[in-house]
Amino acid sequence: MSLLKSREAILALAILALLGLIASRFPSFVSPRSLARVLTDTSPLILLALGQMAVILTKCIDLSVAANLALCGMVAALLNGAGVPLPLILLAVIALGAALGAFNGVLVWKLGIPSIVVTLGTMTIYRGTIFLLTGGAWVNAHQMSAAFKAFPRTVIAGLPVMAWIAVAVTAGFALLMTRTPLGRAFYAAGGNPHAAVYTGISVGRTQFLAFVLAGALAGLTGYLWVARYAVAYVDIAGGFELDVVAACVIGGIAIAGGAGTVAGCVMGALFLGIIKNALPVVGISPFWQMAISGSAILIAIAFNAASRREPGRIILKKAEARQLQEAGQ
Amino acid sequence: MSILRKALATAAMASALMAGAAQAEQLRIALVAKALGIGFFEAANKGAQEAAAELGDVEIIYTGPTDTTAEGQIEVINSLIAQRVDAIAVSANDTDALVPTLKRAMDRGITVISWDSGVAPEGRQMHLNPSSAPLIGNMIIKLAADELPEGGDVAVLSATTTSTNQNTWIAEMDKIKGDYPDINVVATVYGDDLADKSYREAQGLMQSHPDLKAIIAPTSVGIVAAAQAVTDAGKVGQVNVTGLGLPSEMAGHVKSGASKSFAIWNPIDLGYSATMIAYHLAKDHATAEPGATIPIGRMGEVVLDDNAEAAMADPFVYDETNIDEFSSVF
Repeated sequence: MSLLKSREAILALAILALLGLIASRFPSFVSPRSLARVLTDTSPLILLALGQMAVILTKCIDLSVAANLALCGMVAALLNGAGVPLPLILLAVIALGAALGAFNGVLVWKLGIPSIVVTLGTMTIYRGTIFLLTGGAWVNAHQMSAAFKAFPRTVIAGLPVMAWIAVAVTAGFALLMTRTPLGRAFYAAGGNPHAAVYTGISVGRTQFLAFVLAGALAGLTGYLWVARYAVAYVDIAGGFELDVVAACVIGGIAIAGGAGTVAGCVMGALFLGIIKNALPVVGISPFWQMAISGSAILIAIAFNAASRREPGRIILKKAEARQLQEAGQ
Repeated sequence: MSILRKALATAAMASALMAGAAQAEQLRIALVAKALGIGFFEAANKGAQEAAAELGDVEIIYTGPTDTTAEGQIEVINSLIAQRVDAIAVSANDTDALVPTLKRAMDRGITVISWDSGVAPEGRQMHLNPSSAPLIGNMIIKLAADELPEGGDVAVLSATTTSTNQNTWIAEMDKIKGDYPDINVVATVYGDDLADKSYREAQGLMQSHPDLKAIIAPTSVGIVAAAQAVTDAGKVGQVNVTGLGLPSEMAGHVKSGASKSFAIWNPIDLGYSATMIAYHLAKDHATAEPGATIPIGRMGEVVLDDNAEAAMADPFVYDETNIDEFSSVF
C-alpha cells in the first residue's frame, strides 16, 4: 500500500517539476487562468481515462472509446440540428455511449473474444457509422444552436462547466472505486479472476459493466467535444484512444489489471494534458514535439515499471538446495 | 443498376441526337463531374451554362456517374463518345483509369480536357488547375495583409509537418514575403489537421505572441479550429483568422467576425473557364501545346506549361458579402 501511495507521490512531484520547467521558459503558463484552461482542455482526456481505467482494471482494454466519442458527438450535433432540447441530447448521448460500450461488453462477456480484438473491430464500425449517418458531411458552427455550444463554456466559480464535469466524475469515480461492491469487483476481477469467482463475482459481468461505464463516459464526452470545438465530422478525436491508454499507463494503472487508483489515473491525464498545452507555447520546434511527447510517456512508464518490479522469489528453497547438492555430486 | 444506366444513356443519346438534328450548328460540350449531386460540381455547371450563354453557339451536356468511381465515369464517357459530342471536359475520379477511354475519344476527333482533378497527360489535351502554388502562397499572405494596413505579427497554422500541399504553399508564401514588408510572420505551427490539436496550437500562438494580429491557416480543419479558439479567447476583432477553407464550414465564423475573409477556388469560375477552353480548342482557335495561350472570357487567359497544364486564377475570396450565396453551394 505504501508503494502505491509513493507512486502517486512521485507522479505529483513529476507534474510539479514539469510545471516548474515550463514556467522557467514561459512564466505565464502557471498563472491560475492558464492552469484553468489546461484543466478544461484536459477534461475529455480525464473523462475517457477514468472509463478506460475501469476497463483496464478488469484485464480488458477499450480501443473504441474515441470512435464512440466521435459517433455520439455527431449524433448530438444531428439531434441539435433537429431541434431536440439540450437535456434530452445529453441523456441520449450518454445512453447511446453506454449502448455502444455494452455491445463491446457483450462480445467480450458472452462470446469470450479478447477485448483488444473486439474493440479494434467496433472502433472501425463506429467510425463507419458516422460516415453512413452523414455521407462524410461536416456539421459546422453555424448549424449548431447557441445553447448547444454555450453549455460546456458556461463559467461557474471560475471554471467552465466542462472542467466541473470532469471534477464531478472524478469524485464519483473515487467513491465508486473505493466504497462500492462494483468498484471492488473491478479490482477483484482483474487482480485474481479465479479468486473473484470463488467470492461470487461474475468476472464476465464485471467486465461488461466496465465497458458500459467507459461507453457512457465516451458518449458524454462526445457531446462536450463537439460543443467545444463547434464542429463534428467523421475523423474527430482520431487516434485519441492511444492518448487515453497512455494517460492510464502513466497514471500507474497496471495493464495486466487489478491495480491502480483514481488519483493516479487523473494525474496521468493531467501530465499528458500539461505537455500537450505547454509544447505550443514554450517555443520548441514542432519537429521535436512528437519525440518529446513520446519520451515523456516512456520515461513515466519506465518509472512505473521500475517501482513495481519485484525481485524473483524462490518458493521451494529446500528442494532447490537439494537439487544443487545432487548436481554437485 | 447497369440496366438503368444503359437505359438512361440510351435516353440521353436519343434526346441528344434529336437535339443535335434540330440545331446542327451547336457545339456540344460535355462537362463530366466526379459524381452528380455534389454542390461543387452543380456550381461548376452553373459557370458552364454562363459561358454557353456568352458564347451563343454552345450546348452544355452536364453529366457524371451517380457515385465517385472511375468505372462510372468510363460508362458516361463511352456514351458521350457514342453521342459524338464535340468536347469533353472531365474532373477525373482516377488519374490513369480514364486514359484509354479518353484516348478513344480523342482518336474520334473529340476535344478532351480535364479540370479540377486531372487526367494523366496522354489522356487529355490539357488540364486546368483551379490555381497554382505561387498564386495560393501569395493569396494567403495577401488576405492577412489586406486587413492590416498598419502591418503586424501574423502566424501560420498548418496541417502536419509532412503535408505536401501546405508545405509547398507556405514555401511559396515565404518567397514573396518581402512584398509585404509590414507583415511579420512570427511562427509556423502544425495542428496535424486535428480539431483539438489545431485549437490548442492556436491558443498557444495567442499566448506566446500577445500582439498577434492574424492567423493564416491554409487547411480546412485548421482554419475552423483557429476561428473557434479566437472566439473562445474573446479576441474577435483583435486576431483575424484567414487562409483556405470551405464556405459551408466557415459561414458561422465569418458572421461572428472571427474570420474577415478567406479563400478557396470558385467552382463557378472553374466550370466557366473549362467550357471556354474546350470551346476554343474544339473550334481550333487555339492548340493545346506547351506555351500556348488560351483566352477564357471574363477570367482573362491561361498559359499552358510544359505538362500542358494551366492555372486558372487566384483563389476566390469569400467574405460577409458573398458567404451566404456560397455556403449553400459547397
